[in-house]
Amino acid sequence: MSLHQIKGADEGKLYAAVDSDSGQIVFPIDDVDTSGMKLIELHSRGELWSFTVQRFRPKSPPYAGPEEFTPFVVGYIKLDGQLMLESRIVNIEPEAVEIGMQLELTWVPLDPSRADSAMVHAFQPIKG
Amino acid sequence: MTKVGIIGVGIHPFGRTDGRTGLEQGAFAIRQALKDTSLSWSDMQFAFGGSDASGNADTLVSQLGTTGLQFINVKNGCATGGSALSSAASAIVSGEFDLGLAVGFDKHPRGAFDPKPEEWGLPQWYGEQGYMITTQFFGVKIQRYMHDYDISEVTLGRVAEKAFENGALADHAWRRAPVPLDEIMSSDLISDPLRKYMFCSPAEGGVALILASEARAKQLGLPFIRLEAAVMRTRPANSFEVFQPSASLNVGGTATAIASRDAFNKAGIGPEDIDVAQLQDTESGAEIMHMAENGFCEHGEQESWLAEGRTKLNGQLPVNTDGGCLACGEPIGASGLRQVYENVVQLRGQAGKRQVQGDPKTAYTHVYGAPGVSAVTILSR
Repeated sequence: MSLHQIKGADEGKLYAAVDSDSGQIVFPIDDVDTSGMKLIELHSRGELWSFTVQRFRPKSPPYAGPEEFTPFVVGYIKLDGQLMLESRIVNIEPEAVEIGMQLELTWVPLDPSRADSAMVHAFQPIKG
Repeated sequence: MTKVGIIGVGIHPFGRTDGRTGLEQGAFAIRQALKDTSLSWSDMQFAFGGSDASGNADTLVSQLGTTGLQFINVKNGCATGGSALSSAASAIVSGEFDLGLAVGFDKHPRGAFDPKPEEWGLPQWYGEQGYMITTQFFGVKIQRYMHDYDISEVTLGRVAEKAFENGALADHAWRRAPVPLDEIMSSDLISDPLRKYMFCSPAEGGVALILASEARAKQLGLPFIRLEAAVMRTRPANSFEVFQPSASLNVGGTATAIASRDAFNKAGIGPEDIDVAQLQDTESGAEIMHMAENGFCEHGEQESWLAEGRTKLNGQLPVNTDGGCLACGEPIGASGLRQVYENVVQLRGQAGKRQVQGDPKTAYTHVYGAPGVSAVTILSR
């Protein structure tokens, strides 16, 4: 079974759409009719609003991550002037994650053991 | 305007009852409520009722009697019970009826709820990537709240400790044994900072409430607990809810705040007038946030309130006197009505070892659930 990817994953970009009437930013837009709406690219940097650690393996289906489970961090990142985006937080130990951290967009395979794994959006600490 | 109130209550114990369906637990609760009033099923002019996952409430007529009454099914997620009660009250206030009931029941399989992305209007990748988990939302929300208002982790533990203390004194509760604070604080993390003992579990149970107009209650000679308000509201644009791939940058509004404000307005009283409260405690953090969202304290005051035991049975505002969802479990269709049941028992002074002292006269219930709904009731006598 091939996995579903978020729109823009192939280009390494995240897209949202702006409703011209309300000005509201719509995300995700995978199943949304965006005709008449303006597509925008989401910022690739932002500040961590809050987070938790997923400590148990979610039920499959729908979860399609690796059989061997490692806890992962999920948080919301404030993208200036746009929205708060739910994302995995990667390349950092869960114990080191802090509210207010500056993070940048990266892409990681959902299941590194699979050649055809979907690429998923994630945020990591800004290096340097 | 016609005054409406509760004259009878019945409950099927919460928890696990093998060999008894959710519908049967609903029927059990109705029979208990009828017994409470010495009325019979054939006296009921109407019913509103529902479950989230255990069948159509109106089929209860085949167990209770095909009397021809109006029976309307309610299916409104976590607000199912609250919506049934609110509808039942309106039916009496409108003058169409003066005696009827609200019932809610459920029987969920063991383990966490199992939501599917497509049923929530979400793309498939959302579930595949591991976001379709309610406990994540609770962890994220309370983590930010604790950061903003200096709430410590032990305060989360104190909420659970109180729940199990109270549950041990409630015949209808599921968890009937106290759990020491250090055991709660050393239990496994589920979604940081929330631990195993800080979450409620899906469960089973049923509750029925018999409502009447004040005039009818007098005529019947039955004790009357006034339903001052029963409101159900949905979320504002800037709320933060379960299963949101994105949220507004200015999060802060809640369905709870809207429901609470409207209920207090309707009742013509304020939070300071409430003697006992049942607040949605899906997990420990929820009870903490809901204390403030419902207006009972300022944001951040929960830290001292819990440390000083102000929400314990002998405190200034006892909260979740039967152990709440943490000790009773959460059968979705019955949970909100359980809170009202508990308040009726408290206002009648019939709560035994968990009876709130000082002759309580006003009581408050609050339900919150996905996808951003809230139901509030205010009772008085």
